[in-house]
Amino acid sequence: MNDVIVEFKDLGFQYRAQAKPTLYNNNLTVKKGEKILIAGPSGCGKSTMASLINGLIPFSYKGEITGSLLIKGKESRDMSMFDISHIVGTVLQDSDAQFVGMTVAEDLAFALENDCVEQGQMKNKVQEVAKILNLDQVLRHAPSELSGGQKQRVSVGGVMASDVSLFLFDEPLANLDPKTGKSAIELIDELQKRTGAAVIIIEHRLEDVLHRPVDRIVLMNGGRIVSDTTPDELLASAKLAECGVREPLYLTALKYAGVEIRPEMHPASLHDLVLSRQDEEKIRSFFIKNQKGKRALPEGNLLSVKNLSFTYEKTEKQTLKDISVDIGKGEMVAIVGTNGAGKSTFSKVVCGMEKESAGEISFAGKDFSDYSIKERAEHVGYVMQNPNQMISKVMIFDEVAFGLRLRGVPEDEVKERVEKALEICGLYKMRNWPISALSYGQKKRVTICSILVLEPEMMILDEPTAGQDYRNYTRIMEFLKELNDRGITIVMITHDMHLMLEYADRSIVFNDGRIIADKTCAEVLTDTEIVDRASLKETSLYHLAGKCGIEDAAGFVQSFIDYERENVRK
Amino acid sequence: MKKILSVKTIVAIGIGAALFFVLGRFVAIPSPVPNTNISIQYGLLAFIAAVFGPIAGALAGLIGHFFIDFSYGWGVWWSWVIASAVFGCIMGFVTLKLKIDEGEFDVKGIILFNIGQIVAHLLAWVVVAPVLDILMYQEPANKVFLQGITGAIINIITTAIVGTLVCLAYSKAIPKKGSLSEEN
Amino acid sequence: MNNLFNYIERKSPIHELTGATKLVCLFLWSFAAMTTYDTRLLVVLAVLGIALFPVGRIRLKDVSFMLWFTLVFLVLNTVLVYVFSPHHGTEIYGTCTYLFGLSGHFAPTAEQFFFQLNYILKYFATIPFVLLFVCTTNPSEFAASLNKIGVSYSVSYSVALALRYIPDIQKQYHEISQASQARGVELSKKASLISRLKSASAILVPLILSSMSRIEIISNAMELRCFGKNKKRTWYMAQKFKVLDYVSMIVCALLLVASLVLTHINGSRFFNPFK
Ligand SMILES: Nc1ncnc2c1ncn2[C@@H]1O[C@H](COP(=O)(O)OP(=O)(O)OP(=O)(O)O)[C@@H](O)[C@H]1O
Ligand SMILES: Nc1ncnc2c1ncn2[C@@H]1O[C@H](COP(=O)(O)OP(=O)(O)OP(=O)(O)O)[C@@H](O)[C@H]1O
Ligand SMILES: [Mg+2]
Ligand SMILES: [Mg+2]
Repeated sequence: MNDVIVEFKDLGFQYRAQAKPTLYNNNLTVKKGEKILIAGPSGCGKSTMASLINGLIPFSYKGEITGSLLIKGKESRDMSMFDISHIVGTVLQDSDAQFVGMTVAEDLAFALENDCVEQGQMKNKVQEVAKILNLDQVLRHAPSELSGGQKQRVSVGGVMASDVSLFLFDEPLANLDPKTGKSAIELIDELQKRTGAAVIIIEHRLEDVLHRPVDRIVLMNGGRIVSDTTPDELLASAKLAECGVREPLYLTALKYAGVEIRPEMHPASLHDLVLSRQDEEKIRSFFIKNQKGKRALPEGNLLSVKNLSFTYEKTEKQTLKDISVDIGKGEMVAIVGTNGAGKSTFSKVVCGMEKESAGEISFAGKDFSDYSIKERAEHVGYVMQNPNQMISKVMIFDEVAFGLRLRGVPEDEVKERVEKALEICGLYKMRNWPISALSYGQKKRVTICSILVLEPEMMILDEPTAGQDYRNYTRIMEFLKELNDRGITIVMITHDMHLMLEYADRSIVFNDGRIIADKTCAEVLTDTEIVDRASLKETSLYHLAGKCGIEDAAGFVQSFIDYERENVRK
Repeated sequence: MKKILSVKTIVAIGIGAALFFVLGRFVAIPSPVPNTNISIQYGLLAFIAAVFGPIAGALAGLIGHFFIDFSYGWGVWWSWVIASAVFGCIMGFVTLKLKIDEGEFDVKGIILFNIGQIVAHLLAWVVVAPVLDILMYQEPANKVFLQGITGAIINIITTAIVGTLVCLAYSKAIPKKGSLSEEN
Repeated sequence: MNNLFNYIERKSPIHELTGATKLVCLFLWSFAAMTTYDTRLLVVLAVLGIALFPVGRIRLKDVSFMLWFTLVFLVLNTVLVYVFSPHHGTEIYGTCTYLFGLSGHFAPTAEQFFFQLNYILKYFATIPFVLLFVCTTNPSEFAASLNKIGVSYSVSYSVALALRYIPDIQKQYHEISQASQARGVELSKKASLISRLKSASAILVPLILSSMSRIEIISNAMELRCFGKNKKRTWYMAQKFKVLDYVSMIVCALLLVASLVLTHINGSRFFNPFK
């Protein structure tokens, strides 16, 4: 059990284009059968670390490596990409790009084809992997016919087919709905138990990964490993907060209640968490102290949608079925629901990017149907889910200024507004960089920034916080809140249940092209039928409340949010 | 035989052909002369050839154009498919010296790129395509030469605009060595 | 995906041929049709091609859209040939028989009509066969077939990649164009040519730049899974040759031979009834 798979010795790396190194003197060992989580703020070098392990650096990205990296005892610089690929199986963040085959079966077989495995044997192996991953029904499907969760499974299957001793996952949970995310983590866990291989997971959603135990958490900040220890040890320290990484919500609640967290309490899992009488008492009294009244709902409709239906060209199934919903002026609402439920499609239809097959859309009393995309965009700003679709300029500054310039805003005002928006999105220091040098989370922020700067009457943000660290998450969401307080209507599509609870007045739940609920967020999450049908998940705060015998779990969550709003976010 | 084509070139051929297809099939703007479209896909092909070299240019043009004909179902018009490949290939050779993928594309580069594309287009559409048309299909000479010349002129104009713009944008998107640092 | 090239999944003897066979047949057939202008052989090819449709269980309805396109193209081309070279037929056949007692540059001649009849026949000799190929060949198998008939696997895989990513790029083009319209780019159809080119570049630049990063990600993903490791590779979708495969290839080869022989006998590519 003791063979070392990967070993870093004073490893550092500097990208060719960068003036300073991205990684400095890191030491790390990964042994067979271990499961390790790498966490850290956006842009701290996690993906760079992954590229070093799987050989993309130096074989694909150029730059300067210092120190040494041993893979199964051999210096990685002396190995070929193929040698490394037989040891390390990588599941990239972008499961679309990783899907190179024309159908699921071909993609699962890809590595085998390259190893010249004979066809009969290959078919058996593909069947076997498909069965394990529950993909045998969709073997002949093209990537466009799969849901996000299924694509994720295919990319896992693609590396499973060849027996590797280390699995590397770069942000496997981004864009998955809560329930699918949960099963992805379970899948990884089973995978490891079945193969006995080591697993490295890079992820911002710490709490979700900890749904199944990990051996160690490696915390990175600014290109350095700042901590490498067991989850219990790390969670009991203040290091996560120092680095701007979100700790599990239930721990934050404990801290607010004045409970001191020690490793012996097993803070890594709410299920195993040991709380003393006094601790529980502290939590209960925190709840009572902080109960507050609810915010009144605003009046007057801004966007009003009636009996909307929509079908994509060349498909048979209706994607949106008879949708009716009103969104009031000055509201901040969340749209949630299963992967593939039609949330993004709904936003596109509202913005005129797709033409509804039936139904009416009106905005501030005017019929929207005769408006072009451009005219609608003057009222409704839409930040798309995938940042790559929105970026049209080369440099960050130009991209954010693009919309303002097209609207004929004078150049000095453009400069002022753009710089302010860049500041909010944490990009000011990089304003003169080309967008191609950014990490995924940074790109997403550029697109948010380029719509923020236009200040439309209503904004729709598709997964605004996917791939963001806690610091940027807070900064962006607080700014949206500020805009909302100034009367701008905000619609957020999200898979993050706590974001919904914290910021939305109301939540609209999509399932299979229909709206199955439209009520306050707390009501949605306490309705088990809806939670189940829409693949949602209660946050751990609900379970913490249960553990401490607080019956009004929704009220507990609300007091947590109010407390945070008053004492922490200022 | 080994490593004539790197994996990146292979992917570039595939994606280049797919782009060529999408632009040629769905974005074509009809021109005054029938059967000739204002096709912006040659700007793209010139760019692919300039970045990834003559083999990539030739194959991306060949595969992309083949698919366009193929998807219309009117049979593959080989003479023009081959002319597309010839254009990609010549373009790749002429621009071998350019280092767009290292972020260099200055005035000299623009001039070289454009002279190259003019020569390549003329050879492809005024020489290769009509001659093959006559050899393979016995088409009347004046018809095919007129089609060829119109095609060449339009393609030269679109490549000059679209191709140059894309090259400029791409070279700007590539940061120079050690040039990125955070500023306040 | 399968929609793009109109692949229609049915059970028929033609569907069951391997992709490689169909590809070889397509080449032989198009070559046969390309070399000859002999009316008799062209008629045979046209009739045979159309007769294969019921065998492949493809109905007219399935291909009507493509057929329309082709017909429009054909009519245009026929008119063009006449406008540009009303005497092309006369030159080829060496005689000049004016019809309807007319004479002059644009006067109709029997030779011109005969030439243009052959010209049209030539379309009918190839198009049905190509359409049939398109409808009965699974695109997934196409790349494997290329490799089988001797194209190197790297190039074959480029073809596979192109087929795989065409729908994605199409979708992305659509989305980028919408996104830039939402930001205020004008894409009106009435704009002038130059401004249309300019707005086309406004979409093209982001499309191509993102494709460049796509190239990088895909080639990384492929290398991480050992693409290019060996001199050969196997194909999940490859199929073995059966008897019918050999028979089909032989028949098509014979057609090509017939075409070459006829050219030899006629002394030119044309069958000349005017001598
Ligand atoms: N190809 C590249 N060329 C130059 N700089 C790069 C390149 N890729 C990444 N960087 C820089 O290196 C730093 C670390 O990037 P990396 O992708 O490793 O971050 P990350 O921790 O994975 O972030 P995220 O959580 O947002 O994905 C970033 O500041 C980024 O700008
Ligand atoms: N361009 C398209 N053409 C055809 N079908 C599409 C297209 N875009 C999306 N779909 C299909 O429409 C359905 C709804 O997709 P949509 O993107 O709206 O889901 P979503 O709710 O945003 O999911 P996610 O949470 O994964 O982003 C899915 O089944 C998807 O496969
Ligand atoms: Mg990353
Ligand atoms: Mg979506």
